[in-house]
Amino acid sequence: MYVYADNAATTAMSKTAIRAMEPYFDTIYGNPSSLHSVGQRAAEALMEQRAKVAACLGAKPEEIYFTSGGSEADNQAIRSAALLGAKKGKRHIISSAFEHHAVLHTLKKLEREGFEVTLLDVGPLGLIRPEDVAAAIREDTALVTIMYANNEVGTIQPIAEIGAICREKKVPFHTDAVQAVGHIPVDVDKDHIDMLSLSAHKFHGPKGVGVLYCRKGQPLLTFIEGGAQERGRRAGTENLAGIAGLAAALEEAVSHLDENAAHMTALRDKLIDGLSQIPHSRLNGDRARRLPGNVSFCFEGIEGESLLLLLDAKGVAASSGSACTSGSLDPSHVLLALGLPHEIAHGSLRLSLSEYNTEEEMDLILKAVPEVVAYLRDMSPVWEDLEKGVKHHAI
Amino acid sequence: MLYSEKVMDHFQNPRNLGKMEDADGIGEVGNAKCGDIMKMYIKVADGIITDVKFNTFGCGSAIATSSMATELVKGKPITEAVKLTNQAVVEALDGLPAQKIHCSVLAEEAIKAAVKDYYDRNGICYDEKDLAPADECPCCH
Repeated sequence: MYVYADNAATTAMSKTAIRAMEPYFDTIYGNPSSLHSVGQRAAEALMEQRAKVAACLGAKPEEIYFTSGGSEADNQAIRSAALLGAKKGKRHIISSAFEHHAVLHTLKKLEREGFEVTLLDVGPLGLIRPEDVAAAIREDTALVTIMYANNEVGTIQPIAEIGAICREKKVPFHTDAVQAVGHIPVDVDKDHIDMLSLSAHKFHGPKGVGVLYCRKGQPLLTFIEGGAQERGRRAGTENLAGIAGLAAALEEAVSHLDENAAHMTALRDKLIDGLSQIPHSRLNGDRARRLPGNVSFCFEGIEGESLLLLLDAKGVAASSGSACTSGSLDPSHVLLALGLPHEIAHGSLRLSLSEYNTEEEMDLILKAVPEVVAYLRDMSPVWEDLEKGVKHHAI
Repeated sequence: MLYSEKVMDHFQNPRNLGKMEDADGIGEVGNAKCGDIMKMYIKVADGIITDVKFNTFGCGSAIATSSMATELVKGKPITEAVKLTNQAVVEALDGLPAQKIHCSVLAEEAIKAAVKDYYDRNGICYDEKDLAPADECPCCH
């Protein structure tokens, strides 16, 4: 048995999504911009997919812009709001310290272009406080961008409250909802969201396709020049097969949201309870306000990359926020934002589930992880010092 | 694959793993903040490293380079062991990804630190620069 528990990185495609894509390779292969009937058939199909996606988010079809994925949607939303704000003399942006790099790197670049960025503290449990957002908003705030749910520690942010604050203060609000859509209820109206990014491959859709939702009335600058596609905001012949796969996967995920969440939550809680038995371990992120499929742990005295390579050899695919998995020397900015010291953050493990996972697979994980942790601790000079009392346990 | 077969072999089946109670020299390098610490133990008889053990906290390549470094010095005269370079460790492992080269530097330093400890314990004179780190680790220096 091999257990895939890295669904926050990407998911296997659903059979429904694969089937939905197939006609677009050789049957409905037209260019939606062509005037002939082959093209018009594709244009109609595109319209249908747009309507399906909109319905899943509580949006209108004309508010859906298809992109190459979540990162592109984040880049476009943030750059657009920033540049439009700057035209009115607003050069301040509010975000959080543990956003995805698609957001943080875009903000870094804007800082170099003269914008001022406030990154809100996420606290030890990885939750942003709406009152902090309210307090940070200024006369010259051009945008608030806060992720719906964190990709590493799985915490779900109080998006509806933050959205209401932004709406009241008339500041555009964007949310990177890549980890949330298809997993928990997301409604752009109820949540007072002006712009939202999502990515198909996080909910059993294909890679390379995503959506930027942009509320009617919220201006959006063109991101890719060269054509009238996506209402002139994103040129390039539409990835119709990908879009059909996205729409089918999203519809499927949203229609089974509650049962999938219940299944995953049960498996998640089993893992959390089991892994908590390992001495000197800690769950990262708030236990209750977290994604149904997210389990994030730190184990003292070991390093994450060796942990996940040995887990792979034992039949478990997981991920780690360890420095060594990313090629940088600093551990995950998310775990550091939670206030964890470097030496603890190096020993992190993220298991992310989908509705395809089974209870039997959780048993395998719960057997493999303690074994590997014990093996690595046994060879760790850090663990030796902790056990001998030369150093004090931090967790 | 991120790593060569040799790296994976030494990572999954590390040679000379463990502690040594009666070591003649012990060297520990790196720090937990950077994510890797290596501790090497040597046993010396008649100027020969007769046994060597290691314990490592770190990534796959930190464990593999530790393992390979112990293999390369085991049974060698101490004068030869101090000439171990990180490049020799990298070559013996059929290469390392660029961002992992610092692990091989640590492995070289750990061996030298153990030898230095042996020299110090036994009052043996040595040239400091022979045991100085050959390269700069971007994290730990």
